Amino acid sequence: MLAFLANRLFALGLTLLLATVVIFLVLEIIPGDPARLMLGINATQDAVDVLREQMGLNQPPLQRYWSWVTGLLVGDFGTSYTYSVPVSELILERIVVSLPLALIALTLSTLIAIPVGIYAASHRGRVSDTAVIATTQLGIAIPNFWFALLLVYVFAVSLRLVPAGGFPGWDAGVWEAVKALILPSIALALPQAAILARVTRSAIIETLGEDYVRTARAKGLTYRQTLWRHTLRNAMIPVVTIMGLQFAFLLAGTIIIENVFYLPGLGRLVFQAITQHDLPVVQSVVVLLVATVVLINFLVDIAYAVIDPRLRRSVS
Amino acid sequence: MSGPSQSAELDDWGWPAFARRALRSRSFVIGAAIALLVLAIGILSFFWTPYDVTRLVVADRLQSPSSQHWFGTDHFGRDILSMIMVGARNSIAVALVAVGIGMGIGVPLGTWAAAKRGWADDVLMRFNDLIFAFPALLSAVMITAIFGPGIFNAIIAIGIFNIPVFARLSRGAALGFWTREFILAARVAGKGKTRITIEHILPNISNLLIVQGTIQFSLGILAEAGLSYVGLGAQPPQPSWGRMLNEAQTMMSFAPHMAIFPGLAIIITVLGLNMMGDGLRDILDPRLKREN
Repeated sequence: MLAFLANRLFALGLTLLLATVVIFLVLEIIPGDPARLMLGINATQDAVDVLREQMGLNQPPLQRYWSWVTGLLVGDFGTSYTYSVPVSELILERIVVSLPLALIALTLSTLIAIPVGIYAASHRGRVSDTAVIATTQLGIAIPNFWFALLLVYVFAVSLRLVPAGGFPGWDAGVWEAVKALILPSIALALPQAAILARVTRSAIIETLGEDYVRTARAKGLTYRQTLWRHTLRNAMIPVVTIMGLQFAFLLAGTIIIENVFYLPGLGRLVFQAITQHDLPVVQSVVVLLVATVVLINFLVDIAYAVIDPRLRRSVS
Repeated sequence: MSGPSQSAELDDWGWPAFARRALRSRSFVIGAAIALLVLAIGILSFFWTPYDVTRLVVADRLQSPSSQHWFGTDHFGRDILSMIMVGARNSIAVALVAVGIGMGIGVPLGTWAAAKRGWADDVLMRFNDLIFAFPALLSAVMITAIFGPGIFNAIIAIGIFNIPVFARLSRGAALGFWTREFILAARVAGKGKTRITIEHILPNISNLLIVQGTIQFSLGILAEAGLSYVGLGAQPPQPSWGRMLNEAQTMMSFAPHMAIFPGLAIIITVLGLNMMGDGLRDILDPRLKREN
């Protein structure tokens, strides 16, 4: 297990390093001079040159990469071109919106999906199973931003129960803030819950067909005992994989949902930064999101090894 | 447990048997019918639409559904039904190519890594983790920011991020089978790893791949709609379901039909494809069918 952990940790570091290289290279080839963009087309060449020097754009790429990465390690994310404040400040301001949003959505989706998936698999072929399948089919097919528009129309415009958009900030009180996140997190969670419920259901059904489950039944275990001791443990592997995928999807999915609800989160920050060529912001937010995803994948791999000891041997 | 290729129902394979079972699966028949209908509408839109989608008739703007305009008109007086018909071909093309890219590259890579193990597995999986680490939508936004918004870049962006999904899934599933007795037996019998992968691993994981392929196809259609919704997919005047929803957003309170019909078009298409996929899974896996 220790060797397995060491191997995964090494992979984690390597992926992060490669990711910073990729992000840096990608942003290097974006056309347009940031200094020119900041000053506008009427600026003199001299002014642009001075600004380029100040921004460190005249240094060789390798040196710029190095100072960026070493900066990241000590928490210095650079200064935003458009807002002229430290990027770390911007990120902190926005993450208190996006992170709760993604977490609420994931919790909501898991709490709905796993019990529903288990229930449907246990009632395979009956009316209740068919109803679950039909509902999840519909849930997967609904685009979350369309669902969001409908939620706004019904609960904000017609019933006036919650705000249609915007975020009052946590200073306005926890309840006020959470109220602004209710519709967005429901909109985010719905398709995720539908997918997760289906995966859970089919993973359990798949596992129920295995020889060892039949053996367990044959030696006299009840269906319930087999389900908890043998089936769920094995069925959880694809379920955990999908959940890992989903968190990444939720984080990125906030880009669109935050646009629907005018939420000042990370998604909107990076979206605006990309269109404004605010490179320090784009770089840092993307690195942050990538690091989160890599960390989650790492945890999923560890979870695999905990669930299925056979996979620990996979590292020689 | 053996895969479908060695099933007890060996003589029940081949196209006639497939067709017989397919017609018995209600979910497949309904799903395939919807998918074909959407495809037909997309093709029809090349030759005929009720109204010209490029013509703006300001006098007819924001009309509710009527006998002249079944789904109403938008804020430029364009016929929404006609726009949905033209939008269908965008969605289908983008999702199809994107899943093709993902499966065509991802599955060979994943099964190869599972068979080979060692350094090849490590390198591939690191590379995989790397692409995988970039949230697809975020990267799609970056790609379109660099190369310019448009349908082609949207396809590439969605396709690239389908690769690790299939690679990871097929590797994970294949790994589970490499420890199984019937694979060991095949190896003892002298079969090579490539042959075992094709003859035993692929048939056994095809089930999972179809389910995932279904999910990715619907996600492809949804992702295209999402990108177009934020203005990075199909560009005007090309009608697209996502862009129609974008334009509908600000008019939600007085013209909800502008949002409802494009949304229903997306839902029905994705629903049809998913039902078809589900039906296919039941048809292709007699093991699941038998236990019914």
